[in-house]
Amino acid sequence: MPTPPTPTPVIETRGLARTYPLPAGPVHAVRGIDLTVDRGEILGFLGPNGAGKTTTLRMLTTLLPPSGGEATVAGHDLRHDSAGVRRRIGYVAQSGGLDPACSVREELVTQGRLHRLPRAEARERAGELARDLGLTPLLDRPTRALSGGQRRRVEIALGLINRPEVVFLDEPTTGLDPGSRAELWDLVRRIRAEHGTTVFLTTHYLDEADALADRIVVVDAGVIVAEGTPADLKARHAGDPAASLQDAFLAITGRSATADEPVAI
Amino acid sequence: MTLLADTGVVFGRYLRATLRSKTNLFFGMLQPLLFLALFGPLLTKLSLGVSGSSWQALVPGVLIQLALLGGSYVGLGLLMDRNLGIIDRMRVTPVDPLALLLGRVLRDVVQLVVQSVLLVLLGLAFGLRAPLAGVLIGLLFVAVLSAALSALSYGLAMNVRTPPEFAAIANTAGMPLMLLSGLLLPMSLAPGWLDGASHAVPFRYTVDAVRQTFLGHYANGTVALGAAITLALAALCLALGARLFRRAER
Repeated sequence: MPTPPTPTPVIETRGLARTYPLPAGPVHAVRGIDLTVDRGEILGFLGPNGAGKTTTLRMLTTLLPPSGGEATVAGHDLRHDSAGVRRRIGYVAQSGGLDPACSVREELVTQGRLHRLPRAEARERAGELARDLGLTPLLDRPTRALSGGQRRRVEIALGLINRPEVVFLDEPTTGLDPGSRAELWDLVRRIRAEHGTTVFLTTHYLDEADALADRIVVVDAGVIVAEGTPADLKARHAGDPAASLQDAFLAITGRSATADEPVAI
Repeated sequence: MTLLADTGVVFGRYLRATLRSKTNLFFGMLQPLLFLALFGPLLTKLSLGVSGSSWQALVPGVLIQLALLGGSYVGLGLLMDRNLGIIDRMRVTPVDPLALLLGRVLRDVVQLVVQSVLLVLLGLAFGLRAPLAGVLIGLLFVAVLSAALSALSYGLAMNVRTPPEFAAIANTAGMPLMLLSGLLLPMSLAPGWLDGASHAVPFRYTVDAVRQTFLGHYANGTVALGAAITLALAALCLALGARLFRRAER
């Protein structure tokens, strides 16, 4: 019996900021993000290219030290206990992070071992996740022999190996065909439904945010410019609950989510 | 201790990767092997200004060359892993970040020592005669030097963006250091200025020490100095490599 999600924050940030010192002058990629994400929530983190989505994600996953502000992720302080954060989260980067020569099984077991599971437990967990995500027939294939959708599922399995409280997905469906996208959406919903896992996902696709996210946060130029449920945003910014999220997004940022903006860093 | 266990996990993963790609193992050895097979025979009738046979001078040089070449290029593999997102994926786990470096370094040391053993065996076939203890001590030098260079190479790889950039830096640094350390021909042949310059290169002391151990001399100043300098270099490179590895944020 899955436990119903309780509205306690699993991510809280105050003034989270990141400045890149460049020879040409500092670039303020993220200028102060105040964000609360509730346990069990699926949060869509939207914004045009260069808005600071990936920088924020890299800070929340401890890959990039913030240059300002504070954050608590999965009960641990981001600055002072980053190892504690890493124990309790999963991260699936856009680039995925699969070694093409490794088998699916080896990738899963290694990831479990990196999370300090004993060998037998890591193997067991790998088998369990493979069954759960329909990867069992692929376990002994090298990851280079997988289709795009299969690769994504393996990458997500890696992010779930430690039963994280929060899983961060960076543009999870970019480059997937429509069938694989639909499967991935189902998978994300299932992860939340079955394990109460909080899902923090960035995306370019407004239909994806509309279909998946309980709540949407729109960032632009390093700050949050709007947030609410998809219906809220449509009603508030496009003036009509029946409008598309695209209309709302355009009204908020003045440009489309997929426009080719120069990428800041 | 968790660092040790973490290092073991990372070591295991990369050792399996090495065993999967046996061609790499062979091609990594190819250049030193060619020096041994095609350059070594030229030296047998020359007077190199050293005691012992020319093989006792050349094989230690080729071993150090292997450590130098093999060690300094390992960063390329890391760079490719980085570009695939593998390093980030591993860094978002509780694993000790230092273990991500040390596990790989350990794999490189094992690989280079195994390759060194094969080179020594080949040297025996060509006519090398050296005491077993001396060869084993020589391999120890190779192991320590490999660790130093591999750590430094990874530190570099974490702080450049593309393989060509990495190769340019590694080549530019590696070539003069290799020529200046008297690997292929002992510096006893060099004019005074070159011999003097080579004393600024740490590998010079390593190869001189290994040549001594291959002659069966263990307790002299050359070996002691070589050991001290090689160990100091390793400590420095590991510290620097660890620092560069940790600092890398982009």
